Amino acid sequence: MDWISPRTLKRLGMLNMNQRNVDYIARYNERSSYPLVDNKLKTKLVVAEYGVKTPKLLQVVKQQHEISHFREMAEELNGFAIKPAKGSGGKGITVITGRDEDNFVKASGARVGAPVLERHLTNILAGLYSLAGTPDVAIVEDLVESSPTLARYSHQGVPDIRIVVFQGYPVMAMLRLATTASDGKANLHQGAVGVGLDIGTGKSLNAVQFNRPITLHPDTGLALENIDIDDWAEMLEMASRCYEATGLGYMGVDLVVDANQGPLLLELNARPGLAIQMANGRGLLPRLRAIESLKRPHFTPEERAKYAMETFASF
Amino acid sequence: MTSPSRLPFYIAVFLLISAGISLAVWRHIELGIPWLTGEQRPVWMVEARVDFDGANDSVVASLNIPEQPPGFHILTEQAASPGYGFSIIDKSGSRRAEWTKREVTGPQTLYFKAQFIPDPGAVSTPPSQRPKTQRLFWEEPQATAVREILAQAEARSSTPESMTRELIRLMQPDTRVQNTTLLVAEENYLQLLVDMLNHSGIPARTADGLKLEDARRRQQLIPFLQIYNGERWLTLNPKTAAQGVPEDILLWRQGSESLLDVVGGGNSEISFSMLRQTVPALQLAAMQSDGNGLGFLSFYELPIEEQSMFRMLLLLPLGALVVAFMRIVIGIRTSGTFMPVLIAVAFVQTTLVPGLIAFLSVVSIGLAMRGYLSSLNLLLVSRISALIILVIFITAGLSIFGYQMGFNTGMTVTFFPMVIIAWTIERMSILWEEEGGQEVLVQGSGSLFVAICAYLLMSAPLAGHLTFNFPELHFAILGLILLMGQYTGYKLTELKRFTPMKAYD
Repeated sequence: MDWISPRTLKRLGMLNMNQRNVDYIARYNERSSYPLVDNKLKTKLVVAEYGVKTPKLLQVVKQQHEISHFREMAEELNGFAIKPAKGSGGKGITVITGRDEDNFVKASGARVGAPVLERHLTNILAGLYSLAGTPDVAIVEDLVESSPTLARYSHQGVPDIRIVVFQGYPVMAMLRLATTASDGKANLHQGAVGVGLDIGTGKSLNAVQFNRPITLHPDTGLALENIDIDDWAEMLEMASRCYEATGLGYMGVDLVVDANQGPLLLELNARPGLAIQMANGRGLLPRLRAIESLKRPHFTPEERAKYAMETFASF
Repeated sequence: MTSPSRLPFYIAVFLLISAGISLAVWRHIELGIPWLTGEQRPVWMVEARVDFDGANDSVVASLNIPEQPPGFHILTEQAASPGYGFSIIDKSGSRRAEWTKREVTGPQTLYFKAQFIPDPGAVSTPPSQRPKTQRLFWEEPQATAVREILAQAEARSSTPESMTRELIRLMQPDTRVQNTTLLVAEENYLQLLVDMLNHSGIPARTADGLKLEDARRRQQLIPFLQIYNGERWLTLNPKTAAQGVPEDILLWRQGSESLLDVVGGGNSEISFSMLRQTVPALQLAAMQSDGNGLGFLSFYELPIEEQSMFRMLLLLPLGALVVAFMRIVIGIRTSGTFMPVLIAVAFVQTTLVPGLIAFLSVVSIGLAMRGYLSSLNLLLVSRISALIILVIFITAGLSIFGYQMGFNTGMTVTFFPMVIIAWTIERMSILWEEEGGQEVLVQGSGSLFVAICAYLLMSAPLAGHLTFNFPELHFAILGLILLMGQYTGYKLTELKRFTPMKAYD
């Protein structure tokens, strides 16, 4: 067994689960703001007021009987995503990328009939994917068409960018690429690849899969070292703006880059994971403390993003 | 990162823990509740045997019995005397056991048994008012002798105690002068002392003590002198003037009442036998705490059924402590936060191996059935409901099957909480679909591991003993759990998880 000593971790400034919960989430995140981020529908509505774009909302299924409307609406669509409003960690998200006669084609390539999707909607309404098993609503969103520069790195699925925002300052970022192991989901826990991104430039730093460093994408075989995200400053500003929208001091902002619409907000997370530190090869603590010790915080998202790009740049 | 605002929290936790522990220590000292199970305490069983001959008449036999002998507590009292009416009569200053019967002929034997716990701290309650003294009328030449001896003793003393000591010294054979020889004869010595002391204004009386020796029969009572010093009765050896009751002496009778009165019988005789016994310290404490008001924290006052329920309930905090430790400090993932505790509680009732077998078989059969349920496209609530019914079917099936095969352990499966098992199966099944079999294995074995740890702790006899007899220790457990809630260090599993970070050091 290979172990790392607590002292080394401390020197690296690695934030751990207990400290994240006690010193950051419990201290900086108002309980009352949680529903805003735990419910994707509410998130969409609230961030829209602050000029943050999200994928277009096609339908909200709130009641069992509304499921029949879903079939009518879905008839005319090619691609869409069904999400539980209160789902977490990407659970219960079904992405349909196209049609094959009467069947729908899932992101994985599997073909499913309308009854399967309706059953999925039923499960969502019953609260199967919601955090506490409470009844939920399902939202149907427009399919995000990933920008080709990023899409080629990912096996199926849309690569997304997770930015940890602390008191409105983007402090760390990573690109998440789906793999066969993760079943097309951009969830690191399930085997997606995490690529650390330099806050200063949006260029890739390191990559990890299952917590182990890698250099090539396991499915596409592409080198992960020279990825460069376009519109980086704009994305950081977007992430920063979510702070004003929700008031959450410590959160994860998940963005995607749409081929047509540019950066879109996918979801917010009030309990962002710790794996981002592994992808970056850096601990979060020094950056969080730097923000905490700021005597005069910046008031606009632009200033905060700019400050972060200057302060936390790795190159 | 500790901000100063957490200081009150730590003080509160410290107070909570120390309050719990000190309350337990106090109850241990005050009530004698033992720390360990199976601790034994010595107890003296003394039996008084009264013999007399009946004379075709109704009989009242009355025996003086100890009220509050210094150095001992009375634990139990019991009389054995077939055919006799029996009662204990409490009069001021004396307790008497009274046997009554209408028609008595021939030799009769009555028994009175009492158990005494040695307790060096026990003292007799002082009388509420000063006992009266009585001046005796002495005839000459005794009157002069008494006056002179008393004057001599009084001249050399300052207090009732020293006065008594001087008097005893003057009455001893080697120091006797003419005056004393005139007064003292061997048989009236003690009564003379009492009379003289009373005459001089010091309340005095006799007492009878028993020398406690293991397995002795026909022990005789040893006479003692008691004087009142203005606050309480002091016991002195009438020969040596040594003050206090020796540790192995039990004062059976105090005060001037007679030891035994038999009305309606003759040839009455009393003898004592004794035995040193041991009783569990816990039983002793429970019996003692009955009336003394310190037992308010004790569950022994509850009906037996509630007691056994509390025995179980009071173990739960230990399980919660184990779960908190495993999840916060070790970092083991479990399915459902407190599911392991509930499983552990079931294990306590089933014992480990049969419980494990029963649990694993119910969950695995349930998982197989859940596979079919998930293809039925049911609503969540009805799916769980169906699962609960299936779990009950499986349980019943296993019990009947086990019973037919001759294993009574099959029945133990009924101790598992059905609803919890149904939810566990549901969660495991979803976990399987979403994250694969490996995660099910990790969380499932994590839960079982925590459950087994909690079981081992909860089933330890010491744990059951301490939690039930010292419920205040739960304050300390609460304090520990609160402290753990503030732990911001690395979990043990994180040291493994973050190992690749070595490359960046």
